[in-house]
Amino acid sequence: MSIIEAQGLARTFKSRKRTVEAVRGVDLRVSGGEIVGFLGPNGAGKTTTLRMLTTLLEPTAGTATVAGADLLRDPVGVRRRIGYVPQAIGQTMGGTDPGALVEEELHEQAALYRLGKADARRRADQLIAQLDLGGLDRRLVKTLSGGQRRRLEIALGLVHEPSLVFLDEPTTGLDPQSRSNLWDHIRRLRSGMGTTVFLTTHYLEEADALCDRVFIIDHGVIVAEGTPDELKRRVSGDVVILQVNGARQRARELLAAHDIVQDVTATDDGTLRLNVAHGAEALPVLLRVLDDAGVTMASINLSRPTLDDVFLTMTGRSLRDDSASARQDGSAGAGAAGDAGGSSGTANAAANAAADADADAADAGSADSATAGTRR
Amino acid sequence: MTFVHDTLTVFNRQLRLSLRNPAWVVIALMQPILYLALFGPLLTKLPAGTLDGGAGTGGTADAYRFFVPGLLIQLGLFGSTFVGFAIISDWRGGVIERYRVTPVSRLSIMLGRVLRDVIVLVVQAVILVLAGVAFGLRAPVTAVLLSLGFIVLVAVGLASVSYATALTLKSEDAFAPMLNSVIVPLVLLSGIMLPMTLAPGWLQGVARISPFRYIIDAMREAFAGHYANTIMLEGVAVAFGLALVCLWLGSRVFIKENA
Repeated sequence: MSIIEAQGLARTFKSRKRTVEAVRGVDLRVSGGEIVGFLGPNGAGKTTTLRMLTTLLEPTAGTATVAGADLLRDPVGVRRRIGYVPQAIGQTMGGTDPGALVEEELHEQAALYRLGKADARRRADQLIAQLDLGGLDRRLVKTLSGGQRRRLEIALGLVHEPSLVFLDEPTTGLDPQSRSNLWDHIRRLRSGMGTTVFLTTHYLEEADALCDRVFIIDHGVIVAEGTPDELKRRVSGDVVILQVNGARQRARELLAAHDIVQDVTATDDGTLRLNVAHGAEALPVLLRVLDDAGVTMASINLSRPTLDDVFLTMTGRSLRDDSASARQDGSAGAGAAGDAGGSSGTANAAANAAADADADAADAGSADSATAGTRR
Repeated sequence: MTFVHDTLTVFNRQLRLSLRNPAWVVIALMQPILYLALFGPLLTKLPAGTLDGGAGTGGTADAYRFFVPGLLIQLGLFGSTFVGFAIISDWRGGVIERYRVTPVSRLSIMLGRVLRDVIVLVVQAVILVLAGVAFGLRAPVTAVLLSLGFIVLVAVGLASVSYATALTLKSEDAFAPMLNSVIVPLVLLSGIMLPMTLAPGWLQGVARISPFRYIIDAMREAFAGHYANTIMLEGVAVAFGLALVCLWLGSRVFIKENA
């Protein structure tokens, strides 16, 4: 049974001078118990879609059923059943008051969901244990570390034990350790309580490591959908990166002439980057070709495509250099959508790019993400 | 019932946050107390009849019967309109958004805060009246209670409209000059420092646009021991009207989908 079902969800923002189509018709179907990721650059329409699904923003077109309640006819019903954790960067922060105590925030959030005092205390204690907030209950929010505060914000979204929780950029701005720690917590939500998790991210590693299914959104439309593996398979073939001792040009010509090689590019750092259909089968062939020609190799590296490659294939641009589009959307007044974190979000992404690699290595999840780390 | 529960939940949170720094409640009283101490004495030297449209007796008690109602309104004009700043920082902190995704009534998000502001202003008003008594104010208890009733209505109105404006502007840089440009004329046109009866005809006419003018006049009537006359009736009507219109304006902003 699907817990989210949306058809043609769209939202336009009108400013004095122009109309911005932040989301242009999104169809979604999410099953109960899935961890689903919404992947796209800043300004792609991720947050706007999320805000529509969480009743913060009324769609200009389309219909949706969220957690069994009709989004347009019964928004309060939706609110009662979902949890929402806003993004903690950009225009607005993650929803905790720096001057409040940790336990106060939890008890009051429970009261907002009309839980009784005893239930509120019981849930707060559970969540404090579950999200490693032990010993912090009498601390002021402003004294928490970034990771602790984010975990509190997630705890607030879970107070009423929702079957569906929306996490908007759950790990943006966190250090690598806090991030992989938070990933574990998010995985446990599903394994422990069967909670459906719908998250947005502009980190490919995050979508790859965490999500059962990924929607790639760009310019307000979903351009691809599938499991991370399915999506990666759509990018034809694997990537082989090799380094030869001298004779780089000759090696390049030799390889380009071979049937098994689809494409060769010489990169700036002196390596050759080859696209092949099946990496494992191609490797021995490539070795033989070069060996026969008397070219020796310094290194060879086979990697399967990452979601970064998928994104590049689907949208024609890399997630890494989304600054231009983000700036454009920001100035277009999509700021109201909250998605256009603008330059700050982008700077953040860049600053975190290096950290991502470490997080992946620490996470040591799939072989894919490990290669993603080394390739960058 | 859930509506009352929601409002009280928001109220409790706001009150607890206020009580964490109770010093601010007292610091906010500095301005009116200074006026009381440093400007009040000037009024005691005015000739009889100046302050009460010809009926006053002059002297200290008369001066403070005139001045304290004005200061109470001034306290409200500054205290209750500044509450909007807090909601901008709450909005920026994502707190408002977090509330709006819970089933809590969106109107309660405003009313719970307004209720806290009313309590704070009433406490401040009581302290100010007591300070006035220390300086020489002599007025019937009924008049003081009636004034507190007016203060409640003024706080409800001003706080609602302050929250609504702040949440619409979402910027302290825009909200501060906006407040200034509204409050200063209201203070000047309400006859807080000196009676508007001293003004030339055109200024008296212009002063008719300030709702606080009517409320202050009614409070002064009460302090002088007159409860049943047109001035009182006008004051009560204006106070209720102001509170209701502002509540309506505020609730529109809070109920709106994208505040």
